[in-house]
Amino acid sequence: MWFFANRLTKRNHRGHHDPHDHHHHDHGHAVETRRSGTREIQVVRRVLDANDAMAARLRAAFAEKGVFVLNMMSSPGSGKTTTLQKTLARIMPRLRCAVIVGDICTTVDADRLAQSGAPVVQINTDEFGGDCHLAAHVVERAVAGLDLDGIDLLIVENIGNLVCPAEFDIGEDKRVVVLSVTEGEDKPAKYPLMFRECDATLLNKIDLLPYLDFDMDLARTSIAKIHPGMPVFEISAKTEVGFDDWIGWLEAQVKKKLQ
Amino acid sequence: MHEMGIAMEIVEIAKASIPADMHGAKIQRVNLQVGKLSAIVADSLRFCFDLVIKETPLEGAELVIEELPVVAHCKDCQHRWTVTEPVFLCPACQSGSLDILSGRELEIKSIEIEDED
Ligand SMILES: Nc1nc2c(ncn2[C@@H]2O[C@H](COP(=O)(O)OP(=O)(O)OP(=O)(O)O)[C@@H](O)[C@H]2O)c(=O)[nH]1
Ligand SMILES: [Mg+2]
Ligand SMILES: [Zn+2]
Repeated sequence: MWFFANRLTKRNHRGHHDPHDHHHHDHGHAVETRRSGTREIQVVRRVLDANDAMAARLRAAFAEKGVFVLNMMSSPGSGKTTTLQKTLARIMPRLRCAVIVGDICTTVDADRLAQSGAPVVQINTDEFGGDCHLAAHVVERAVAGLDLDGIDLLIVENIGNLVCPAEFDIGEDKRVVVLSVTEGEDKPAKYPLMFRECDATLLNKIDLLPYLDFDMDLARTSIAKIHPGMPVFEISAKTEVGFDDWIGWLEAQVKKKLQ
Repeated sequence: MHEMGIAMEIVEIAKASIPADMHGAKIQRVNLQVGKLSAIVADSLRFCFDLVIKETPLEGAELVIEELPVVAHCKDCQHRWTVTEPVFLCPACQSGSLDILSGRELEIKSIEIEDED
């Protein structure tokens, strides 16, 4: 939505520069315009520094243990858990898998995923600021409950949300976004950060296409403009249509890292 | 959404940035840069900030948010442009191979502290 509405209301007392301005020449006026009686201290630190540092430590640990990590994101109900269940059933004979699932207040998804036989760690997100995404420190705690030596592929089912999880690195190797066709083809353009940050899109629930007005070409065109070249897999987690290509892609990514 | 966590993080970084010789000083202003591509809603961030600064050295401080445009650079033809729609294709050569130069920032630039002298 960032390009439709100006979400950042301009209350800046220094006056705002035009977002279309290419020159950036009015950055850094703070020193000149500060009120008397104040001293300005340069900080220049990314707010998510702590998360990014933790994610880097996790990534190093996963690399050392030979674990490929997939971060799976979507809005609520797009079919992450169902897709994961079917994915595990197909991939488990060849790869040792484990799952971390973020769920705000139930264990329903964890119970469904545990049926696969893979170790499942449920994350309680009822803690500080973590009700809309999984942050690296939360994943680290979940990982402590897993034997990384016995895992090739760790899949993290993030919290159902198309905004916040895109901002938080959790040490993953690849990110996929699940978009169900019931959500409408306008979602990629409304949440461009998510689609830019991901490495593949799963367009799920295509078994429902006959009952919907979903414009598949428009959806694909819109995704291709936001993230040119990103693979888009049309799947149904219900019928498993399209799973050969999706599983093929995933296994190729895992192999690339672990070989 | 995650603005509360972000606000708490800002308070932590700001507190840690008070120079040792100004121990006990009050922070009056935090200057933040937010890229237009980042997943932050400024109004909810300000709302959360006002909540979490209570009983800290930032009590009453103003959060100044500077918005940065999304600027991309084409790796194929070196064209540089401001992205204003959800289209990440080079307008000069249609290439999709690009670097995002700005737009993803979520950065504390500086803090302003009351100075007795
Ligand atoms: N028809 C159809 N229904 C599906 C498909 N995939 C998932 N569903 C249904 O959609 C609903 C939500 O699926 P989940 O797999 O729980 O979705 P989720 O993304 O894990 O949901 P949250 O974890 O709550 O965000 C369930 O009722 C599923 O049975 C599909 O391919 N086709
Ligand atoms: Mg789920
Ligand atoms: Zn170009």
